[in-house]
Amino acid sequence: MATLHTRSAARAMMAPSVLLLLAWMVVPLAMTIYFSFLRYNLLMPGMEEWAGFSNYRYFLTDPAFFQALFNTLAIVLGVLLITVIGGIALAILLDQPMFGQGIVRILVIAPFLIMPTVAALVWKNMFMNPVNGLFAHLAKAVGLQPYDFLNNSPLMSIIVIVAWQWLPFATLILLTALQSLDEEQKEAAQMDGAGAWSRFIYLTLPHLSRAITVVILIQTIFLLSVFAEILVTTNGGPGTQSTNLTFLVYAQALLQFDVGGASAGGIIAVILANIVAFFLMRMIGKTLEA
Amino acid sequence: MGSITLNSVSKVFGAHTVIPSIDLKIDEGEFVVFVGPSGCGKSTLLRLIAGLEDVSGGKIVIDGKDATELPPAKRRLSMVFQSYALYPHMSVRSNIAFPLKMAGEDTSVIDKKVADAARVLNLTDYLDRKPRQLSGGQRQRVAIGRAIVRQPVAFLFDEPLSNLDAALRVNMRLEISQLHQQLKTTMVYVTHDQVEAMTMADKIVVLNRGNVEQVGSPLDLYHRPDNLFVAGFIGSPKMNFITGDIAKGYGAHTIGVRPEHLDLSTSAGAWRGTVGVAEHLGSDTFLHIAVDKVGTMTARVGGDFPVRHGDQVYLSPQEGRVHRFDETGLAIR
Repeated sequence: MATLHTRSAARAMMAPSVLLLLAWMVVPLAMTIYFSFLRYNLLMPGMEEWAGFSNYRYFLTDPAFFQALFNTLAIVLGVLLITVIGGIALAILLDQPMFGQGIVRILVIAPFLIMPTVAALVWKNMFMNPVNGLFAHLAKAVGLQPYDFLNNSPLMSIIVIVAWQWLPFATLILLTALQSLDEEQKEAAQMDGAGAWSRFIYLTLPHLSRAITVVILIQTIFLLSVFAEILVTTNGGPGTQSTNLTFLVYAQALLQFDVGGASAGGIIAVILANIVAFFLMRMIGKTLEA
Repeated sequence: MGSITLNSVSKVFGAHTVIPSIDLKIDEGEFVVFVGPSGCGKSTLLRLIAGLEDVSGGKIVIDGKDATELPPAKRRLSMVFQSYALYPHMSVRSNIAFPLKMAGEDTSVIDKKVADAARVLNLTDYLDRKPRQLSGGQRQRVAIGRAIVRQPVAFLFDEPLSNLDAALRVNMRLEISQLHQQLKTTMVYVTHDQVEAMTMADKIVVLNRGNVEQVGSPLDLYHRPDNLFVAGFIGSPKMNFITGDIAKGYGAHTIGVRPEHLDLSTSAGAWRGTVGVAEHLGSDTFLHIAVDKVGTMTARVGGDFPVRHGDQVYLSPQEGRVHRFDETGLAIR
């Protein structure tokens, strides 16, 4: 796109898709904002009326909101912690030469290919079920009382399920980054007297920093809106113990039929996600430059 | 101190024998160059000494102690890699300080040693830069700096100049030689470039297919090659080899004459030929001459020798400069 002519031609060619994307974004957003100022209940169709900021006031003063906010952050941070640390460990293990490397790598990637509802149901019914679950069997085998994971520590259970799903993604990205580490650098460090741990701290980790940043950024985007896993396992409960913002908005709209309140919640979620994104870019976006 | 001895060291990768068996003694303070064509096992040999590869058999003695089973860090050797292998996220200062930091030295000691090394290598102004902000030659010097701060018993260089451009290579060659004069530490240097080998070495080890072909000083190898391989490998342009009746006349299977040991004349001489290509370097001219009943020979003459493409010339080998070899390629003395 060197000349003025080609540049304006390019703009003209791109315009339709840009406009389409813009409409795609702006229309739902505008409608959501509009609904968030209405008293709009599905049980009272045709009774919509202007409500001002009351939807926002109710949503923000709802005790479930703060619980949901905390849960959202807990899920994001918990899953990030597990997947980044676990991903690095797995990537290093998978980088070692071993028999059947190709098959093992495919097996490790498998969880990422399973859809969230199925993964969550597998965990709920086959692992965490206090009567039939594998963990219950293991507990009974060593003479312990089976633990009802989803009832007694629902948030923790959901973090584990989601982390299990995202671990392959982190592993994969970190593994490819690990493989691009220069062999001679490792040997130089070896000659310089660095042990395995020092090589990891001074050579491998700095080399992985960019990949770790990518993993954190991409995962944060998806983890802010975890939904399916909660819906099929705990339904946000017990109480609101495993409700995150996404689920709270869903509950508001489709369980309490309050579209206005849910729209207000949606707008608040968008604002919060932007705040998170802002701080994220400030903190670690620098690694991506240069 | 600083001597390295290899006792029938061998290396096998799977079914592939890279080094059958090598015995070699490197004396303290020597500048030894391993030279040979690519794939001859010279880098493998260096890595065996460094401990980056395990030996398949034999013994490596460094500084009087058996080091065969020692990990690389315990052998007290430093290595400069072909790719420099600098740590990209660390400043030059941290790069040079890294081995000292790993050895657990005090910060004050590290600072002093790094400053000393930087002064020796003219890197003082670049200490706070990252490797990617340096030129090839500067990176090379950082790699050397990282090697010298440890005060190793010997330095190992693995084709350190092959990533540099020609002019810089000549400079760095000189710098490394000067460094050797200054430090007087044993240096083992691997290269495929016989010019580097000739100019830098106290002792050259010519390797071919994992075997030592000859060990000796540069001039030794030049004047008294043990076999055809060494004769052909050392010296530039390559030595001319002649077989057949002419060789029989000298009582040998093959004779070799270096391009610079041929006398040329436009009127008379032992062999007659036609000039093919003339490469004018200014000081010298390399003539590629199609000699009757022999084939193409290369001759080196003064820059003002008046011949051109297609001219007839006569060549005569200088007395006493003809190398004779038997059927197995060994020199007849």
